[in-house]
Amino acid sequence: MNAVTNGNRRAYKLMIVDDSNIMRRRIERSQTFEEIELVGTASNGLEALEMFKKMDPDVVTMDLTMPQMDGIECIENLVKIKPAVRILVISALADKATAVEAMEKGANGFLNKPFTDRQLNEAIAELIR
Amino acid sequence: MIQEQELKTFVEGTTNYFEVAAQQPASIGSPYLVTEGQPTVHEYTGMISITGKREGIVYFTAPKAMLTVLLMKMQESDFSHETMRDLVGEVANTISGNARKDFGRDFVISVPSVLAGDKAEIPSTPGVRSFVIPINWRSHSAKLIVALK
Repeated sequence: MNAVTNGNRRAYKLMIVDDSNIMRRRIERSQTFEEIELVGTASNGLEALEMFKKMDPDVVTMDLTMPQMDGIECIENLVKIKPAVRILVISALADKATAVEAMEKGANGFLNKPFTDRQLNEAIAELIR
Repeated sequence: MIQEQELKTFVEGTTNYFEVAAQQPASIGSPYLVTEGQPTVHEYTGMISITGKREGIVYFTAPKAMLTVLLMKMQESDFSHETMRDLVGEVANTISGNARKDFGRDFVISVPSVLAGDKAEIPSTPGVRSFVIPINWRSHSAKLIVALK
């Protein structure tokens, strides 16, 4: 993964995409990786695309059910811009077909809501290690 | 109309939500059918429209006091009106989205819309009756209401 080296440690730029402000704050607060720096948040796919072009994140957490542009369409666009981006879908949609579709479009992991802090950190660890 | 097994999906989704998100299980009462009119609502109501292979609405309605404690359990420090609205929408979205595990991907859920006030009028789908799933959590009561064709 093409992340910036910060001293001896690799630093990853994180963007959080979710239409719920509570969820965005929850993800920010609960992730415990020192090597991750939050560079932006977005509340829908369109906002996420704009933010992505400006901030060039390495890791993205992505909700699926969002207004204006949903997560699946957004993932497709992000991967076209930066194929090496690592995307963790965090969604309430619990059917297998949706998870498979997200992975086919370019997501690297899938975490169902609701989730514990431990589940979130394990899922992020899978993404960056 | 919704079948018993389908109702069980929503009961399990509600149980799971409180166990995981609030880290404290809720006691779920026996679901009942509303025979007349619309179910009463609490101060905040998050609604999800369902389309696809089923049609109707799923909504979570709760009093402000319950949502405040739920937010505290989630380590939130913002208890504004907007955050309450956000939370009821997110609860309704999570329980409805989780139901796709059993209903499949053709159970299409909308983004949440939120009503505030216990006099709020819930849009009804003609010919569809509502099932109420009572939720008791700590000293508070809320409801999940499922009305599906």
